[in-house]
Amino acid sequence: MTDMKNASDAPRKRISLTETDAHTRKRNASEARFKAYGLGAILIGLFFLVVLATSIIRSGVPAFTRTVLEVEFTLTQEQFDAAEKQLFKTKAYQAVFIDAMTQKLTEDGVTASFDNAAIERLLGKIGNDLRGHYTANTGDLGKSVNFILPASSRVDGYFNGRVTRDTLVDSRFLQLSDLDLVDALHDAGLLKQGFNWTFITGADSGVDNPGGAGIGASVVGSFFMMLVVLVLSLPIGVAASIYLEEFAPQNRWTDLIEVNISNLAAVPSIVFGILGLAVFIQFMHLPQSAPLVGGLVLTLMTLPTIIISTRASLKSVPPSIRDAALGVGASKMQAVFHHVLPLAMPGILTGTIIGLAQALGETAPLLLIGMVGFVARGYPDGFMDGFVEPNSAMPAQIYTWAARADVSFYDKAWGGIIILLMFLLTMNIIAIILRRRFERRW
Amino acid sequence: MTFKLTASVLAIAAVSATAAAARDNVQVAGSSTVLPYASIVAEAFGENTDFPTPVVESGGSSAGLKRFCEGVGENTIDVANASRQIKDKEIKACAENGVTEIIEVRIGYDGIVFASQQNGPAFEAFEPTDIYNALAPKVLKDGALVDNTYNTWAEFNADLPDVEIAAFIPGTKHGTREVFEEKVLRVGCEESGAFEAMKAAGMSDDDAEDACIDVRTDGKSVDIDGDYTETLARIDANASGVGIFGLAFYENNTDKLKVATMSGIAPSTETISTGEYPVSRPLFFYVKKAHIGVIPGLKEYAQFFVADELAGPDGPLAQYGLVSDPELAATQAAVEAEATLN
Repeated sequence: MTDMKNASDAPRKRISLTETDAHTRKRNASEARFKAYGLGAILIGLFFLVVLATSIIRSGVPAFTRTVLEVEFTLTQEQFDAAEKQLFKTKAYQAVFIDAMTQKLTEDGVTASFDNAAIERLLGKIGNDLRGHYTANTGDLGKSVNFILPASSRVDGYFNGRVTRDTLVDSRFLQLSDLDLVDALHDAGLLKQGFNWTFITGADSGVDNPGGAGIGASVVGSFFMMLVVLVLSLPIGVAASIYLEEFAPQNRWTDLIEVNISNLAAVPSIVFGILGLAVFIQFMHLPQSAPLVGGLVLTLMTLPTIIISTRASLKSVPPSIRDAALGVGASKMQAVFHHVLPLAMPGILTGTIIGLAQALGETAPLLLIGMVGFVARGYPDGFMDGFVEPNSAMPAQIYTWAARADVSFYDKAWGGIIILLMFLLTMNIIAIILRRRFERRW
Repeated sequence: MTFKLTASVLAIAAVSATAAAARDNVQVAGSSTVLPYASIVAEAFGENTDFPTPVVESGGSSAGLKRFCEGVGENTIDVANASRQIKDKEIKACAENGVTEIIEVRIGYDGIVFASQQNGPAFEAFEPTDIYNALAPKVLKDGALVDNTYNTWAEFNADLPDVEIAAFIPGTKHGTREVFEEKVLRVGCEESGAFEAMKAAGMSDDDAEDACIDVRTDGKSVDIDGDYTETLARIDANASGVGIFGLAFYENNTDKLKVATMSGIAPSTETISTGEYPVSRPLFFYVKKAHIGVIPGLKEYAQFFVADELAGPDGPLAQYGLVSDPELAATQAAVEAEATLN
């Protein structure tokens, strides 16, 4: 009222659409400021993403390369028999190889000073590679065979720049004088760098053998766990959601259930680990460290996510579809399964994949059911064994490596993170593609 | 259709789970200090014998022994690694659950070292008294027992650097903590005269001993519940930090850490095996005798572990940092005879 009065008293102000007045300019400025804030927030986010990605890649790349020694070596039948009689056979093979290497280098006239101990320091754990080859190919005994054998993690570090002549402190792992021999062998073409397939395909190794460590076995462990999660949580989750969304009466009980499902989604995952230990291992006597148990625990963790996303996508199907189906005489169940569910499917699958991706990266519950330590020591013998044979999972394997004393295991942990991120990225891309291709909008 | 398929896959998985109760691999759990050695042995055992590679889990000595004592049967572990000797309390708990025959195997010794950042202030020589004065909640100052208000090391020992006290010590779930308490704090407490002062103040012997191993809670002493990599990360971030490590871990990271002497002795495999270096402890694993003959390869694993080729002075365990046991032959004989505790 007073405004109007004042307005009528004062000379009427001309408002033009082409000229901006002070008030409009103020509004425009505040809008521009808001846009700048938004842009700033996105830029900060992007900046951290770039920093994170570069640090992961820079730390993880060394895990994918390794230094190898390529050399001809002959093992006689007598040496083979003598080594096989030992208790610690692989060490015996290694000793024979080092002797042969010393002899060869002396004959080649390598100028750097060296002895057996120096060569032993430069080599990784090669005994099992040699033994594995000769026990499988006894025909090669007495013949010259071309071997590609891993160098020690310290030599790897020298080529990656982690170990330098300035920072190296003489120890029983590597001495300064050994680096001259490394350079000489590198010049002679015996030591070379290559792609580390062992890291992709191998299993976990002992703490003194970083060169033999690979993530392959724990990828398989994760795969079996995800399989259990998928076959359990998808049908259970979808059935529960359909019942709650389409059939259940609205009363205090269903309200209670709904609240509890929402709460479960927020429960810290370690709680499910303790539950898994108490119920699946101690009460039901399922085997320890088994992907089956890991999968069961992660199913409990994933179920709320799947139920919530499934209910959301069922809700987003317009009621007219149900009404039309019921109108032409379909039963409630027919309406749901023939019309509502197919339309909700892209959303359900997206939710499931996101839930699986979340479960894939989960470590905490696995700590308690025996998946951390020296667990992923080989591939399962068969498909069914994959569920029950002790195995680790990718995040648990990364955690295990990060805790080991030898620094090159730290590189492996970063390399493992790269592989894990690649799996997560793939799953998320699949989820996006499914949504894009099949989602319908009304 | 898909539901039927998934249901049947699940059923088969469940069936094979029960069938898999016939376990063919040795299952080990326990101390994270013994874990590296056990993983080396497990890998070599798998490579050199026809038995499958044992599974070695970590979790700490107490947690491992607790699981070990849960009972006899294929769903319990066969071997518990421990960085301390089993306690009477634990033996009793074992017996209550039917684990009456336990074989104790000592694999060697581990040194506990005090190290700081390679480029940090010069922490070169410690006495137990220094550690006690830095970390105890109450210290002896001018003949009187007072609350510990020392901020820097130089305040009580002019030979030490004048930097803020920041010590990273193993948390209470670690076996290492007990050795630290017994061989450093308690000794320092007695040597500094604080023990006598406590008794003079009217404390009983037991109370005074307990008070001796307390640490201050004002943030100068930080408990590390994770493993040595966490301690290393803390030292990396704090130039004046002093941390407690196992000898093997330190030897793997000599480019980042420098070690201090204790009572004038530098830690090394030699000084530890002769007993000169004061802060060391034996490492053990415990075998459930009832499982020998049931779990394939269990006795062979124990024998392989303590064989000269593995645990001897030239073996891979010593190479990694274990101080080998001069009485290894006796241990080998005991394992061979399956000699149990009591």
